[in-house]
Formats: sequence, C-alpha cells, structure tokens
Amino acid sequence: MDRLTILIIIPVLTVLALIFSTKRKSYRVIAAIGMSIQTLYSIYLLLEYLSIRQAGNTSEMVFTRSIIWFKPWNIRYEIGVDGIAVAMILLTSIVTVSGVFVSWRIKDLPKEFFVSLLVLATGVFGFFISLDLFTMFLFYELAVIPMYLLIGIWGSGPREYAAMKLTLMLMGASALLLVGILGLYMHSPLIEGQHTFSIQAIAHSPMALSDQLFFFPFVFIGFGVLGALFPFHTWSPDGHASAPTAVSMLHAGVLMKMGGYGVFRVALYLMPEAAHEMSWFFLILAGGSIMYGAFGALRQTDLKYINAYSSVSHLALVLFALLMMDAVSWTGSVLQMISHGLITALFFALIGMIYERTHTRDVTKMGGLMKVIPFIAMMYVMVGMASLGLPGMSGFAAELTIFVGAFQHSGVLERVFTVIAVLSIVVTAVYILRVVGKMLMGPIKTESFYHMDKARWYEKTAAILLLACILGIGIFPNWLYKLIRESVEPMIKLIQ
Amino acid sequence: MNWSYTIWIPLLPLLSFVINGLFYGRMPKKMSGWLGTSALGISTLLSWVTAWKYFFNTPHQGPYEDITAWHTTWMHLTDRFTIDLGIYLDPISIMMLIVVTTVSFLVHLYSIGYMATEEGRNRYFAWLGLFSFSMLGLVLAPNLIQTYMFWELVGVSSFLLIGYYYDKPSAVKAALKAFIVTRFADGFFLIGILLYSYYSGSFLFEDINNIPAILESNGSLPVFMGLSALTWGLLLIFIGGAGKSAMFPLHIWLPDAMEGPTPVSALIHAATMVVAGVYLVARLFPAFHASDHGFALQIVAIVGTFSSLFAAIIAMTQMDIKRVLAFSTMSQIGYMMTGLGVSGIGEEGLGYTASMFHLFTHAAFKALLFLGAGALIHAVHSNSLKDMGSLRKYMPISHITFLIACLAISGIPPFAGFFSKDLILEAAFEKNKLIYAVGWITAGLTAFYMFRIYFMAFWGEDKVYAHKPHDPGITMTLPLIVLAIASALAGWLPFNEWVTSNHETLHTHFNIGSAAASVAIGLVGIIIAYILYKNPSMTPQKMSNRLGVVYQTVKNKFYVDEFYEGVTQQVILKRIATPIAWFDRHIVDGTMNLIGNTTVRISSIIKGIQSGDFQVYAFGILIAVIGLLVWLNYFIQ
Amino acid sequence: MDSGIQISDILIVTAIMFFIGVYGFVTRKNLIAVMMALELIINAAAINFIMINKLVFKTNLHGVFFGLFIIAVAAVEVAIGLVIILNLYRLRDSIDPEEITTLKH
Repeated sequence: MDRLTILIIIPVLTVLALIFSTKRKSYRVIAAIGMSIQTLYSIYLLLEYLSIRQAGNTSEMVFTRSIIWFKPWNIRYEIGVDGIAVAMILLTSIVTVSGVFVSWRIKDLPKEFFVSLLVLATGVFGFFISLDLFTMFLFYELAVIPMYLLIGIWGSGPREYAAMKLTLMLMGASALLLVGILGLYMHSPLIEGQHTFSIQAIAHSPMALSDQLFFFPFVFIGFGVLGALFPFHTWSPDGHASAPTAVSMLHAGVLMKMGGYGVFRVALYLMPEAAHEMSWFFLILAGGSIMYGAFGALRQTDLKYINAYSSVSHLALVLFALLMMDAVSWTGSVLQMISHGLITALFFALIGMIYERTHTRDVTKMGGLMKVIPFIAMMYVMVGMASLGLPGMSGFAAELTIFVGAFQHSGVLERVFTVIAVLSIVVTAVYILRVVGKMLMGPIKTESFYHMDKARWYEKTAAILLLACILGIGIFPNWLYKLIRESVEPMIKLIQ
Repeated sequence: MNWSYTIWIPLLPLLSFVINGLFYGRMPKKMSGWLGTSALGISTLLSWVTAWKYFFNTPHQGPYEDITAWHTTWMHLTDRFTIDLGIYLDPISIMMLIVVTTVSFLVHLYSIGYMATEEGRNRYFAWLGLFSFSMLGLVLAPNLIQTYMFWELVGVSSFLLIGYYYDKPSAVKAALKAFIVTRFADGFFLIGILLYSYYSGSFLFEDINNIPAILESNGSLPVFMGLSALTWGLLLIFIGGAGKSAMFPLHIWLPDAMEGPTPVSALIHAATMVVAGVYLVARLFPAFHASDHGFALQIVAIVGTFSSLFAAIIAMTQMDIKRVLAFSTMSQIGYMMTGLGVSGIGEEGLGYTASMFHLFTHAAFKALLFLGAGALIHAVHSNSLKDMGSLRKYMPISHITFLIACLAISGIPPFAGFFSKDLILEAAFEKNKLIYAVGWITAGLTAFYMFRIYFMAFWGEDKVYAHKPHDPGITMTLPLIVLAIASALAGWLPFNEWVTSNHETLHTHFNIGSAAASVAIGLVGIIIAYILYKNPSMTPQKMSNRLGVVYQTVKNKFYVDEFYEGVTQQVILKRIATPIAWFDRHIVDGTMNLIGNTTVRISSIIKGIQSGDFQVYAFGILIAVIGLLVWLNYFIQ
Repeated sequence: MDSGIQISDILIVTAIMFFIGVYGFVTRKNLIAVMMALELIINAAAINFIMINKLVFKTNLHGVFFGLFIIAVAAVEVAIGLVIILNLYRLRDSIDPEEITTLKH
C-alpha cells in the first residue's frame, strides 16, 4: 500500500463502516474518528514530505505511483504530491473534520448525510493527489455529485433550486473541462505509440501555441466556474445560502479551491504560452471581480450571501495572482487558497451556529449577540479580522505575498488591477465590520435573544481548530511559504 | 553590548493580553488589572534602562548608532524582499519606547480605579495589553512591513477599545468609523509601501532612507505628473500616516473615538497611537527630505499647519470636554507635522528635533489632560461642560494637575509645552513666514480653548451635584501626579543632544524674540478665557449668537462629517454598491436563470411527444423503421 | 421435393401476419390483446426464419434452431408479460394501455 492511496482508503473505509453501522448515535462518532485519523495522517504525510525534501530529494513530485487502469486510452491511476498538494490535503482534512464536528447534532438522516459528506471528501482528496488528467476529472466529478444531494436534502430555503443551479453550472463547467482535457490528451506527446493524460509528461512537452489558444479557455473557464470566476459565480451565493453548515464549509473551504488548483495545475502549467497570450482578458475578469464581489457583499443582508460574495472577491484574488505568472504571486495565491479555505470554513461554521440559535441569518434583525453568546461572537470578530487581512492572521500573509508579487509587474494593466486589489481590502473591512457592528454589537433587539445556548463542546472544537490554524499560519507563515515556494519554483522554471 | 533583552518590552504586554484573553471568564476580576499593570511596569522599567544604557552608558564617537537588537525572518519572499520581525533601536524609537510604556503603565494603573465597577474589566485589560504590544511593535519596527503590520494591529485594538461599550450604538458607530477611516488610509499606505519598495528593492528603513543608492540602482525613475515614483510612494505612505494621526481631511474619526473609556482616549487617542503618523514621517525623514527636493515634506507641512488651525477653531466651540481635547490633540499633532515639514537635515534639523520634542511633551500633558478629564467625568458622570463647574472646591488634586497641563499646552514657561512649541515655531519662522503666522495664531487659540474648559469646569457657577464629587483614589491620582511632574519638568530635557535628524548633537540657541511672541499670544488667550468664563455670564452665548452661521458651521465641525456621510451613503452605497448588487442578482444571475428557464420551456414544448402511451411509441418506431428502409433503399446507392 | 410453395408465398403470409400484429399492437385497448398481437409479430418472424432456412439455405439448420429460440423466448415473454399485466390490474384496476402512461416525461 503506498502512502497516498491511504488518503482515499481512510474515507472509503469510514463510509463502509457508516453503511454497516446501525446505531443512530454512532454515525457521527465513526465519521469523527475517521476524519480525525485522516487529519493525523495528513500531518504525518506533511512531516514525511518535509523529511524527504530535507534528505535532498528534489524531484517535482514525490510518493509517485502509476497504475494503468484503462489500457486503450492509456488512463492511469497516477498519483504523487508536491508541497502544494500536501498543503491542500492538510487543508481538506482539517476543514472536513471540523465540518463533521459542526454537524454533530444533525437530525435528519444522519447516516446518509455523513456518507455523502465523506464521499465528497474522498473526491477532493483524490483530486489533489492525482497526476493523471482523467483520474483527476473523475475525482472532481465524485466531489461535485454528492453536493447535489447534500444541498437538495439537508439544505434550507429554496434548496432544490439552489442545488439544481449549482450542479448544473458545475456540470456545464465539467463539460467544458472535458473538452479541454481531451484536447490536451489528443495533443499530448506519444509514449510508446500512445497519447497520455499524465500532467507531468504533458508539461514537459506542451502542445503548439495555436492548439493551446483553442483549449486554454475551455480549461480555464471549466475550472474557473468552480473558482467563482465572474460572470459564472452566481451559483455560489445561492448554493451557500441553501446548503447546510458543514456543506457550506466544505464547499467554500475546499471545493472552490479545487477550481484555483485546477487552473494552476492544468490550465496555466500545461498551456503556459496561451496563458501568457490570453492573460489580459482573464486578468480583467478576475481583477474586476475582486472589487465587484466586495461591493456585492456590501449590500447583502443575509450572512451567508455576504460571505459568498466575500468568497467571490477573495477567490478572484487567487485567480488574479495566478495570472501574474511569477513565483511569488503563485505562492501567494496558494497561500490565499489555504488561508481563505480556513477562514471561510470558520465563517460558515459560525454562521451555522448563530443561525441555529437566532433562526435568522438577516443581520438587520440581530443585535448585541456579543452579550449572549460571547464565545461565538468573539470568534466571529476574530475570523472577520482574519478575512479583512489583519496581520497575525493567515489572510494577511497571503494577501501581502500576492501584492508584493503582483507589484513586480510594471505593465499598466497589472499595475491598475494590483492597485484595485489592494484597495479592495478597504471595502472588505467595511462589509465585515458592518456585520460585526450590526449583529454582534449594539443593543439586543429581540426578547428571545436573551436566552441562547452557549457554545457547545463540539462547536468549540471545530472553531478553535480552525482558528488555531489561521493564527498559526498568520504568525509563522514562513514554513508554509517555503513549502509552497519550493514546489512552485520548478513549475515556474518549466513554463518560462 | 547585549540588547536582546529588549524583546521582553513588547512581549510582556502581549503576555498580559494572552493570559487575560484566554482566561477571560475564569480570572478573578481584580487580578486582570494588576496583571496588566505589573507587565507594563516591568516593560517600563526595561525601557528606562534601555534609554539610560543607550544615551549614557554606551561609549560612542559621533552620532548615535542604529542597533538591531533582535530579529527573525518572518517571511522570506525573495532574496530581495525578506520580511523580518525585529527590534530596531535608535534615538526616536527609544524615545517612543519611553513614551509608550510609561503612559501605558500609568493608564493601566489609572484604569484599575477607573474601571473598578465595570463588568468586562478582563476584556478591557486584555485589549489594553494588545494595544501596548502592538504600539511597541510599531515603534520598534526595523522595516516598513513590520510597521504596517503593527499599524493595523493598533488600529484593531483601537477599534476594540473604542467599542468597549459595545451595547451603546454611538460607541459602535464610532468604533466602526475609526477603523474604516484609518483602514481607508492604510490602503494607500500599503500601495505606497509596495510602490516605494519596488524601486528601493527592500523594506528596510536603512535602504528606504538611502535615496542616492536607490537612484543609482534604478537609473531613471518614472515620473508621473512631475513627481518621481518615490515621491508618489512617500505621499501615499503619508496618507496612511495622516489617517492614523487624524490630519485633515481624515480626522473625522478622532472626535468620535472619544466614545471609548477615557483612559483609552488618554493612551491611544492622545499620547501614542495618533502620533504614529508623525513617527512614521520621522522614520522616513531622510527619504522625505531627499526625494524631489522635499516636495512630500512640503505637503506634510501644509497638511499639518492647516489641521492645527482647523482643529483649534473647532475646539473653541465644543461643549463635550473630551471632544475639545480630541480636537486639541489633532491640533497639536498638526504642530508636530509642521515641525517635520519645515525641517532640514543636520544643522538645519531644528524642526525635526522640535517635532519629536513636542511629541514627547505632548504625550505627557495630553495624557494628563485626558486622565484629569476622566477624573472629572468619573466624579460628575457626564462628559458635558454644562454639567461641570466649581469643581476646584471638591477635587484639589485634579484641579492642580489639570492646571499644570493647561499651562503646559498653552506654552507658558517654564512648563514643558513652552519649550517644544517654541522650537517648532522658531523652525517654522526660519522656513516660511506664513506657516509661522498660522502656528502663532493657533498657539493663541490653544491657550484660549484650554482655559475655556479649565474655567468652565473648575470655576464658573456652582452646580448642584447629585453625588458630591471628590478626588479619586490613589491608583487614579498617582498617574495624575506623575504626569503633572513630567508636564512641568520635561521641557528642561536636553533633547537636542539626543533626538536629532542625524543622531548628532544639534546646537540650538534660545531666541528670546520668538519666545516672547508665543508667550504673549498664549497669555492673551488665557486672559480672554478668564474674562469670558471665570464667572458665569451670558457673554459667550451672546457672542456666539452674534456670529450666527459662522458659529454654527464651526460648531458642526465645518460639516466634514456630513460630507463624508453623504459620499459614503449616497455615492458609494447607493450609486455603486446597490447597482452592483442589483446587476449581479438580475443581470448576471438573471442570464444564468434565463438559460435554465429557456431549457425548461423548450422541453415543456416538446414533451407532449412523450405521452407515455407505449402504443404511440410503437407506432413511432414502426414509422421510423419504414422510413429508414425507404431511405436505405432509394437514397443510398 | 417440390411442394410448390414459393418463398414469396411465405413472405406474403408472414407480412400479413406481421402487419396484423402491428395493427393490433398499436390499436387494441386491452393489454391481453396487445400481448396476443405481439405474439403474432414474433411468430411471423419465427416462420420467416424457419421457411427461409428450409427453402434457401438448405445445407444447415441455423434458422430452425433460431426459430426454436424465438419460441422459447416468446414463452418466457408471455409469462412475464402476463405477470406484469396481472400486477398492473391489481394496482390500477385496469389493463387499458391508454391509462398506463407513467412513462410520461
């Protein structure tokens, strides 16, 4: 058994255990244990990875393995990780385990809920370890499909509409993606008379510029939809608003990062020349939607909508940084993915906790929560601060890296959008503080708010776990920066 | 010489914050205050030791050295851009160290008494610890990014402390305003840092201040609107400084920030955080001075002078004692900016020394004024001057200390403010007569409005108080006395030997003419205040009525707040954010929904074919097969 | 042996059978009758297989065996079909094909 497959095996075994268990109370325990093991294993993997690098292994990917599973098309189960993937895996496991804790008291169909959640997680883990485009795509689909069930069954509000919209838009994106991937396959180098889906092989002999120009938009938009690229972001506010807490967490925290990761690993890495040619167009889209999402968030009153638009803004920053095509901004972009994953997961977790107590998500109807639920309120303030880029929190480290990287491009277009991106932090501060001021501070508005449950242990566990990671990265970002930077370096060298 | 112990100066307040924050609910209420105070006490002690060692006990030839006492890599972005966290000691950072730790210590001590009945004391002391840590990190920063990081942290702690009474809507509003206005300025600050460092190739102050080296390594710098990129960078950085230091037009948050507890106003909004902008300009002084022949510095001088006059005029009309002090702070910071703005380097660096000197003395007397005002508010339970009068009879210690502070800020010798303010005016006189004239008038206004509140609170009519006011307890009076001594004596310190633009002793000579002029106008201000407010009379009321619109305009702070309100509400929210939100929901999302709905509609049109009647299907198959056969037979060769 | 039967005769007969079956399949309002019509179609095909084997490909027996298969399959099909019809009747109290339209949309 090789190291990476275990990442898939653990959730699959957990799913099996869930299916065969019959006690209602035991489902959540099984899920929690499974995901805790997964988290510990991810940490172990990180340490293992670091020690391998320490020992002088400089190959791009480590722990690689390649098993052919569909000979006629040369589709392989080809896996391997670099620093970026390791970091994303760690993020995924942390978000998943806190998602399980947050849904501790789920009432309807708990077994099915946890099974879907874990299948989703399996897809994400598979996605991050795959080095074969087709296998990657397969895992991607595996992650998207349970989303439909999770929102459609356990959601709230117009959940069928939201679930349908989300799934259809992501499926539409997958269709584009599939075209792109097949295009990459058809133009891939011949190895022993066969084309290949292998990312590494394609990266080392990219296709001709004219073909790249044709297929690049397919892949970029295909992954971009998942990364909430304007104007294909509208599934995200509706989807998040309707999804149950843990799903919002996983979705915004991890699934949307697959978009950024895909853009990075497939679109930019495999078609660098096209990326250079066409970056101006996508730069306008991404750079514009940084401000656009921020202003959009300014006018929302539903907590989840605010957060969804905030995600649009922050993920646009990810795409923006990726399009800058240099080592510092790429590193910053991956940092931002991780940081935003943690921050937004915590945000959604807290929103879920607040909603459970107030039965509303409308900020104008709340007030003075600081007095009744101080723990949750304080956590909300902290994560708000992290989101608006307060130093000492992960958001700042990521954004600063992006800005410094982006500022090294002296082209007018890049400069203008960099300035816009920097100024977006002001708008971010406004919409975050508006919520803090309205909802947490001020007098208590409704009589029923006086009697609220304090945070429970599982809620505290999830929140503290996420916040500890946010603070940890924020205070000591260098090890993570180094981890990512070392893996970005060879990629940048290859595409320039 | 080993300086690495200085790391504990910022770390101890941090420790106080962490302990108070983590054991928020569990700690005895009394303990949190003493914990914070003792942490700050040790920090203060260490700072004084550091200052003593640095100025007196380090053998040095010529200028004082810059010392990096401790540093660690925070983020290694590239080899050029390495972000370090460190401790950087030079004369101004040590001076700030003294100011911050001492005032913070006294404020901690004072707060033990002032906040004695508050429920959320633990939270309060936690935030105070966080603030002290951040402020110390800011003044000790060896590079711009660390400055920026702690700059943001002080902003947040200021936000948290202003919003300490979070169930009071006005406090919440003030806290948000303070944070957002300074954040707005910080956005430009960050752009300025990025722009500047792009050319300087480093975030370190040593490299940033070395303009000749930057010019050499860049060849020619891009010029935009007649100014080089470096000057633009500096101007943007100055916007950040102006935001934090409440310079016009970014001052609107400071008066509202008085919603916070009074000791907080003393610490943050008088002595330390608001002078961060001045400190920043002083830090980058060589760059400001050298870039484009000091163009940016001229802007600093203009903004500073204007703000000082502007704030002094408003301060004359306010009825809330803390707001008067807030505008007074803004005015005095304007002085400091002016001092920097008119300064040169080396032997011409009088303004620089004067500005730093004024920062130092101002910290003492303004903190004293705020703490004294806190004692008054504590005694009469109101901020309004209307509710005060004849308090000298009840509160002798507060009275004397307040008087000393008023004399100090009015520039009456031998109190501290006289020396520092006089130096600034002297420097201005040499550089620009107009700036000098404005500063001189402002000095008069300052004396007037300070003695206005002094006479209104301590003299004036005898009010009937529900509770008999009395001097507060020892934890509150001790800081008052200490600061009063400082306000009285700090002027005699030989600042020109210690804090100068090139770290060498600056030779100053006492200019009797200028001193006489500023004392004279100060006395005029005091005498007018004495006539108008010593005894209760209707004269001030009549005068303000006579002035009519002018008075109203000033009283409403020239309607700057209303202007901002209009811009944010009407333009940004209504004209930008609302249309964007609408556009997103209706156009972008509408398009997606349209695609979906169109699909559904088309399918509903053609779904009739699918009747579910298998006999119809079978017939269809039959027809199709026949059609296929016909086609195969007759059309395919 | 010359029995005088031409292949065209057989084809005409089976074609008539087939189309009667199709007609019945499409028009009958009783599922049992529909099933019977289906039998006609299947049998028409089976007869074709056997007779063409007999008259055209005389050297092997593939068609005959295939005819046997068809008979077997048809028997099974009838059995299953009747079961379905019985169940439908129990559920719906009707075996009118026009009322069984759950395949819709």
